[in-house]
Amino acid sequence: METKSIMIVGVGGQGSLLASRLLGNVLLAQGFDVKVSEVHGMSQRGGSVVTYVKYGDKVYSPVIEKGEADAVISFELLEAARCLPYLKKGGHLITSTQQIDPMPVITGAAQYPENLVEKLRAAGAELVAVDALALAEQAGTAKASNVVLMGVLAARMDYPMELWQKAIEQCVPAKFLELNKKAFELGLSAESV
Amino acid sequence: MKKLMLGNEAFARGLYEAGCKVVSSYPGTPSTEITEEVAKYDEVYAEWAPNEKVAMETALGASIAGARSFCGMKHVGLNVAADPLYTAGYTGVNAGMVIAVADDQGMHSSQNEQDSRHHAIASKVPMLEPSDSTECKEFVKLAFELSEKFDAPFIVRMSTRVAHSQSIVEMEDRQELGLKPYEKTPQKFVMMPAYAKGRHVFVEERTKKLIEYAETTPLNRVEISDKAEFGVITNGAAYQYVKEALGDKASVLKLGMVNPLPEKLIQDFAAKYEQVYVIEELDGIIEEHCRNIGVNNVKGKEIFGYIGELPQSVIAEKLLGEKKEFSALEDNIPVRPPVMCPGCPHRGLFYCLKKLGVTVSGDIGCYTLGAAAPLNAIDTTICMGASISGLHGFNKARGAESEHNTVAVIGDSTFMHSGMTGLVNIAYNNSNSTVIILDNSITGMTGHQQNPTTGKNLKGDPAAAVNLEELCKAIGIKRVRVTDPYKLAETEAAIKEELAADEASVIISRRPCALLKYVKHNPPFKVNTEKCVGCKMCMKLGCPAISMRDGKAVIDHTQCVGCGICKEQCKVGAIE
Repeated sequence: METKSIMIVGVGGQGSLLASRLLGNVLLAQGFDVKVSEVHGMSQRGGSVVTYVKYGDKVYSPVIEKGEADAVISFELLEAARCLPYLKKGGHLITSTQQIDPMPVITGAAQYPENLVEKLRAAGAELVAVDALALAEQAGTAKASNVVLMGVLAARMDYPMELWQKAIEQCVPAKFLELNKKAFELGLSAESV
Repeated sequence: MKKLMLGNEAFARGLYEAGCKVVSSYPGTPSTEITEEVAKYDEVYAEWAPNEKVAMETALGASIAGARSFCGMKHVGLNVAADPLYTAGYTGVNAGMVIAVADDQGMHSSQNEQDSRHHAIASKVPMLEPSDSTECKEFVKLAFELSEKFDAPFIVRMSTRVAHSQSIVEMEDRQELGLKPYEKTPQKFVMMPAYAKGRHVFVEERTKKLIEYAETTPLNRVEISDKAEFGVITNGAAYQYVKEALGDKASVLKLGMVNPLPEKLIQDFAAKYEQVYVIEELDGIIEEHCRNIGVNNVKGKEIFGYIGELPQSVIAEKLLGEKKEFSALEDNIPVRPPVMCPGCPHRGLFYCLKKLGVTVSGDIGCYTLGAAAPLNAIDTTICMGASISGLHGFNKARGAESEHNTVAVIGDSTFMHSGMTGLVNIAYNNSNSTVIILDNSITGMTGHQQNPTTGKNLKGDPAAAVNLEELCKAIGIKRVRVTDPYKLAETEAAIKEELAADEASVIISRRPCALLKYVKHNPPFKVNTEKCVGCKMCMKLGCPAISMRDGKAVIDHTQCVGCGICKEQCKVGAIE
């Protein structure tokens, strides 16, 4: 199979590393060659965080560049807009509707763009927008919106559910397992706004 | 068993499988996880050293004693450890010794973009360079064997993409090795001139043998494509980009051993093609080597330049003229730079420094973010420890004018790394300088590593804790005081008093990192919109949890940890 590329993007602290590892484990169990690329260090401190997941018969570059992503999964709306250029023509964009103001907006140096969901849809992206934060809080903690979005993704990929369940067990600490499983299920059944 | 592993995790697995016994490192992105991961194996002794020089000397000592040893660091760390490195090149090893140096092409988390291959060349120490996790593990194991065979420490060069990308690794068992016998051999390990002269002769002979080895080692691999129109010579992460961008359009010579470089292998490969491209990130070391050995049909830096990473899009565009299509919104998308976390103890301190209009000599750590808007409080950031020594120089140059208006800021771990010696210089050379140690009780930026001030070692066990107050006094600083950066008025007063004093002083601004698990947070604060007058005083703190909506401040309850500095800052009592 030709290499497929999925970008997972968000704001430092939202748990994109865990999501990318979870997805990587599912794809590994499915028998693909897999590469997952993360950025550590300074970028994690509330900045834009981008991770790349690539899979296929043989994956070379761990990096995804503009026009290459089959899917972008975003934990935050502005980050979804920022990463739109990475999406292939006809690629899928899954985003949380959560908005977190970046420092230039907080200081008043810039505006948070309005009506991003409508604009992203108008730009031709196959858009799925869900309130992952509300669903995560429904599962028990705001921190689980990463796993909610993996549920949203899982519903649109054709891999056995037990692979996802097993990957969640591998990646999540035991004491948060039930909570995350619930978050995943809420994501699975979530409809786009 | 197959597992997805970070390059750094695979590197650690390689150390484990190779029977490595002693590990000493200083954390630095993107090298940190090698040492964190290897510390999880009980068979390996692993520690954080106060700096890279100490780490490398520890590893060399262990190698001389007969144990396979390792030290890891980021590229700029190798500058700190350059002193032992260059002479370890002469002494060679007893048991194998491997050094990891992680370069940061693209400067994802670093203050410069140096190419560490220059250190390998200058120190005449051999260097390998893997390009994915599988190779990380294989190369580390081979590096130990080669270290013992050629009597040299071996450097394994990592890069951000190789260190922080996961790919599939097949795990194997550990090879348990006993200690090699230790015999006193001063002609090999006492590097005074009489013996060092002999060792230099050895080093030159060794390099010749290493070049012979480089001609035939499987580390250097030719991949011929029948459809190739040109040849490519590449190394490290760039190999992956080359394969992705060019596929079978190019034949590739992949160099896994980057110092010393082979000669005949390159000459024979280049002779097959009219045009050969050298695709290497950062400096043109392979390209220059090609010209030095009479291979002139190469192009590299004139096309690809010296800056940043060379991902597949760059290669496809420059060599094939291909560009990917994409769409973008017309809106201006505001940047999202990294910021100090909500509740970060550094925020209160930097706010006071900004308010007082003080010149600030900065250092390396999370607190470098004090240079960003809206605090904009830092004037200089150079390298580990430079805040204190730089402040001393600044004050010696400008005298009283700056002595009462300039401070150094340095974290607890950075102070232990190389700030202490600068403070000794301040005391010894009688400089009226004010140093602020931002003691957040952890090494923060690299992801919470213990250090000599925290009372715990790498494995999390209790350890001796340096008492910063007593240490500063012992160095000769008479004015040493501790403040709490969550208390703005107290912090501001302390800075004013110490700047006004006519002798050197140290302020220890103490409050644990808000992300530490043991730190208990207060409930989040709320803005009383009836009292809020929209003056934006709270916004001056640059807290990511506070924003303005409809002319009033709003606190995001999912981010606020209740540190309370905005409450102290609010003059109308609207934050409750």
